[in-house]
Amino acid sequence: MGKTVLLIEDEPNIIEAVRFILSRDGWRVETHSDGATAMSAIQKIKPDVVILDVMLPNRSGFDILQELRSAEETEALPVLMLTARGQTKDRELAEHYGASRFMTKPFANSDVLNCVRELAGP
Amino acid sequence: MSNRTLTGSRIRGRRLDLGLKQSELANEVGISPSYLNLIEHNRRRIAGKLLVDLARVLKVDVSSLSEGAEATMMVDLRDAASDQSTPPVELDRVEEFAGRFPGWATLLVAGHRRVEELERTVETLSDRLTHDPFLSASLHEVLSTVTAIRSTSSILAEPGEIEPSWQRRFQTNIHEDALRLAESVEGLVTYLDAAGDAERELTSPQEELEVWLEGRDYHVAELEGAKTQSPEQLIEDDVKLTLSARALILAYLQTYRADADALPLASFQAAAAEMHYDPARLATYFGVGLDIVFRRLATLPSKAEHLRIGRVACDASGTLTFRKPTTGFDVPRFGAVCALWPLYGALAQPMAPIRTIVEQVGRNPRQFLTYALSQPRYPDGFDGVAVYEVQMLVLPIDLLAETGINTVRSVGTSCRICPKIECVARREPSILSDGF
Repeated sequence: MGKTVLLIEDEPNIIEAVRFILSRDGWRVETHSDGATAMSAIQKIKPDVVILDVMLPNRSGFDILQELRSAEETEALPVLMLTARGQTKDRELAEHYGASRFMTKPFANSDVLNCVRELAGP
Repeated sequence: MSNRTLTGSRIRGRRLDLGLKQSELANEVGISPSYLNLIEHNRRRIAGKLLVDLARVLKVDVSSLSEGAEATMMVDLRDAASDQSTPPVELDRVEEFAGRFPGWATLLVAGHRRVEELERTVETLSDRLTHDPFLSASLHEVLSTVTAIRSTSSILAEPGEIEPSWQRRFQTNIHEDALRLAESVEGLVTYLDAAGDAERELTSPQEELEVWLEGRDYHVAELEGAKTQSPEQLIEDDVKLTLSARALILAYLQTYRADADALPLASFQAAAAEMHYDPARLATYFGVGLDIVFRRLATLPSKAEHLRIGRVACDASGTLTFRKPTTGFDVPRFGAVCALWPLYGALAQPMAPIRTIVEQVGRNPRQFLTYALSQPRYPDGFDGVAVYEVQMLVLPIDLLAETGINTVRSVGTSCRICPKIECVARREPSILSDGF
């Protein structure tokens, strides 16, 4: 089994599609849908890469990213932020809070796959 | 005093402006100074040749002196005066004012009209401000659905075989997403189509429900007594409703029908009047829950618009889940409402009945007796999560003989449009403080 990607996203059919393309590429894919408990899921699963949606139920992806960057064990964890808003403000916020990469919806499957490969490294 | 008396006041005003003595003007037009005095004090009617002669000497058009031309002005001035509670204006001298100072009167009326326009603009802008969250959420929904469709269809379009079970799954997902997308876009189109008509923007299924109910004054006669139609029949021909609204209305009507069965209209209406609309007494009398009585009271046909019983409901998050405003008690269509509403007092004290007299700040405030109660439900069983529903009835004070309450709580609608600038519960600045 390859490296682990944790997809934190609340849209079931996006989860299913991303899980399929990453699994097919050899990744172990875990998913989580609730913003409020996302931190504990990350601590439990210890993924190699996190794909994090901005608009999540109960807690914003930006809040989660902030907490990730303030904890020693997750400060360097590669995070790909996903958002339905491609606005400058969200991109700036993602960069400000320390997102490794930022991608707007709708995205191409190949872009997500390439990004995850790059973030996980060799 | 009728409108015609204006003419005399204008003649007097114009004469004084020109610095003419009463006797000089009287001589010019061939009448006695005493007769002119009666005319100027609006004690004699004037028309015909004499009016023409006076206009000529005063160097004005006859029409500017004649009666009737400014009848609208009188209405507008009285309208402007009625909107001002302080200081009191001399309404009995409004005609004299308009006659002597037509320019100032015109300016005052124009100013009043401008204020009314700006107030309407504030209301519209306020609605727009609170619309933004809807637009944002809708676009997010559309983009998320499009993302799911794009990703899934890309997988299906790729060369190579996909296992039949995955293929079926993805096809099902695309079908579901396409339906969702259609509904989201429908909502957005409704929103954007109505962009120029702030009154009729239906932006959520809940609002569609409220508009549907408003059209019937919240009383569904077909579900009362003989029950001439079923809830399904009531909405089956309404092609304008979105799918979500249809489901919401159907659920509302099913509850309505059950409530009507428990509390038949004639007997409930009679008992409500006899018991001064006290929900607790009614619940005891009919042996039903308070929640049913709250709902039922707000479905009673009202004898007059100003006697309509309002009802609002919210969940534990404070989000309004039902809105039935009444004259003088406005309920915002969007965004958070005033934290001082007894509704939220009840939310903080589950099962404790709260009875309060409130008055919404603004023009011509009216008083209302409110009953508020928060009740939990346990849909997952005794050990499950408690789901709270809070209801507040808003009863026009005119419906009631005596409340026994001496204090009145001043409340608003929502912070953004509330003129109580120093309110202790304010959570955001009011746009009314910015010069509107």
